[in-house]
Amino acid sequence: MSSTAEATARIAPRSRGRRWRPSPRATSWLQVSPLAIILVTFFALPTVIFLVVSFYDYDRVGIYPDFLLDNYKELLTTPATLRVYLSSLKFAFIVWGITLFLGFNIAYFLVFHVRSRAVRTMLFLACAIPFWTSGIIRTIAWIPFLGRNGVFNQMLQGVKLIDQPLEFLLFSPFAVCVTYIHLFTLLMIGPIANSLAKIDPALLEAARDAGASRWRTMVDVVIPLSKTGIALGSILVFTQVMGDFFVVKAMSGGQSASIVSQLATEIQAMQYPPAAASAMILVLFVAVMVGGMMRVVDVRKELVR
Amino acid sequence: MSKPIDPPAGHGRRGVLKAALGAAAGSGTLGGFPTIWAQNIRDVVLQHAGPPVTAIGLIADQATKDLGFTVRMQASENADLLNRFLSQSSAIDVADVSITFMKYLVGRNVLQGIPRSKMQHWDVTIPLFTKGRYPDGRVASTEGVAPYGVLYLTDAEAKAFAPGETEWLTGVPSVTNADTLGIRPDLTGRPITSWADLLDPAFKGRAALQDQPAVGTIDVAMAVEARGGVKYGNKGNMTRAEIDRTMAIMMDIKRSGQFRSFWTTFDQSVNLMASGEVVIQSMWSPAVSAVRTRGIPCIFQPLKEGYRGWGYTLGMMKHLTGLKRDCAIEYANWYGSGFQGAVIARQGYYSTQPENVRKFLTSAEWDYWYDGKPAAEVLPDPFGKPSIRPGEVRDGGSFEQRMGNIAVWNSVMDEDRYLTRKWNEFITS
Repeated sequence: MSSTAEATARIAPRSRGRRWRPSPRATSWLQVSPLAIILVTFFALPTVIFLVVSFYDYDRVGIYPDFLLDNYKELLTTPATLRVYLSSLKFAFIVWGITLFLGFNIAYFLVFHVRSRAVRTMLFLACAIPFWTSGIIRTIAWIPFLGRNGVFNQMLQGVKLIDQPLEFLLFSPFAVCVTYIHLFTLLMIGPIANSLAKIDPALLEAARDAGASRWRTMVDVVIPLSKTGIALGSILVFTQVMGDFFVVKAMSGGQSASIVSQLATEIQAMQYPPAAASAMILVLFVAVMVGGMMRVVDVRKELVR
Repeated sequence: MSKPIDPPAGHGRRGVLKAALGAAAGSGTLGGFPTIWAQNIRDVVLQHAGPPVTAIGLIADQATKDLGFTVRMQASENADLLNRFLSQSSAIDVADVSITFMKYLVGRNVLQGIPRSKMQHWDVTIPLFTKGRYPDGRVASTEGVAPYGVLYLTDAEAKAFAPGETEWLTGVPSVTNADTLGIRPDLTGRPITSWADLLDPAFKGRAALQDQPAVGTIDVAMAVEARGGVKYGNKGNMTRAEIDRTMAIMMDIKRSGQFRSFWTTFDQSVNLMASGEVVIQSMWSPAVSAVRTRGIPCIFQPLKEGYRGWGYTLGMMKHLTGLKRDCAIEYANWYGSGFQGAVIARQGYYSTQPENVRKFLTSAEWDYWYDGKPAAEVLPDPFGKPSIRPGEVRDGGSFEQRMGNIAVWNSVMDEDRYLTRKWNEFITS
């Protein structure tokens, strides 16, 4: 008897240990913790620091803890701020419209028109491979192409279409748009192709059988079902353009400024509090815009589906 | 990294240092035996920080060979470098400090005062830095941040600038140059003689500026003043009213389409000029050379109103004490002794101790870089690559002609906070 009791005593704790399960609540916490830790350390904390510093006082040599609204007041009253926001929004909408049009059509072609899997993969790769080089290089590569004595101007002059080189091609809003579209169209193609691929071809057949024209099928079936992809792509393109520094600087020749380039000038002049204030306003602005897009399409719900 | 000491090369200098240290030991500030010094020096590593144009690896290698302790170069630019001085100065020992940075650093517990009496090359240092005068006695421009105004400290504590000469230095003068506009002589179609030409409508859409508030504004102010009608009290330190007036003019000019571009990096300025997008712009001397090495004509055009001058000094960080501080002073003396000056001469910069540099340049090099004479033979760049063809003449002529005509110095204005805001308004307009 005593030996059985002893054996039970020996086994019991171990089997109890094996049976131990964290509560479902704790499991959820454990599951979100890696991402939460990353987001808190690398996003939330720095943002809080920016927020705090944006109220500081500063002079040439240092920043001083304080609670001043001057940085925001100066930021919101200078005409420069309104101009950079308008110009960034203008770029964002033009680029959004064109990349959406291009992205949707390319994705539609890849998903519904290309029958062979191998060909589709190859075409996808053809879209993606240029993205293996850095964005900076792909931006700079446009300069010799679009320049006053660039390849494109020389070509046009060569075939006698023009006698004077076209000046507006480089260091202009045009050049900025071309580069953005080149850089960001893939960001539209990916998510849209993804949601198009989820559409059951039987639905399209059903629409056809019910007598819907191609246009009706597109408007009533395909577009509503690819809403998620369109929203995701739009958010990606929009935030990229609003947060851009390099493309505007390089392609407009410094002629137009972006929100971030204005901020960079302040950092170069060691003026951190106003730079922090600009950063806060930018984050707030983009968050509101993205929030608006999320209201139109509930991306989370659609992703789960 | 400590290298075996090479007795013949290093002996003389170590001897000097040993003697200096011996004296210090005798005075009671340091202890130990002379025999330990050689061993200790060998373990000393000086971290030298500076911009890429002066923190050149081959200078550190030669110093290490000559001095018996190790010097390491760290290069970073503009605000990054200034940030390192302000936030991590304990990771740096000595540094190339831009004259304009002095206004940020002095009184911030970053630099220590350097005793002038320990500087071996003081008497050959150009009076433009030490006295604010040219060798012929003329008083040099004090517009902007003039080197003389920020060279002396009130005392060893390094808390404030002294108005006149004192025994304590913020840094040891090292590098200087005179900047002007770069032009494409083949495309301007006429001789360029004045800063006013930067704003000439004939170059509409083919002019450029550096995208830097102080330098960009000063360059335009030079042009505006040269054009006539507007006078400045101090172009390098404008009042708010002067900034407003200049910015209004600049915005009008920008709206008229005068500027093709605003450049931020060296490469951008080179490409703008080489591609012919721009024919007249603010530029740096090595960028002009870079355009020329592509076989494209480009001139660093001397202008009658004078140059925009700038300079560097070698500063010592506050945390240096004892043996390391002695090594830093020894290094500062080595820095002015000629080798470093010769290296940077080959990229068009001047040493503030030109007489010492002469010993380290061939006579053909001296004649070209300092005397403004035609190159007698092919001359190398700092790394030994051929850069100057026989017969070429340096733009602006001799050292005296170029450095003898400084109209304004690079600057940090008292109203820099206001200027940055206005510059952003200008760029976005």
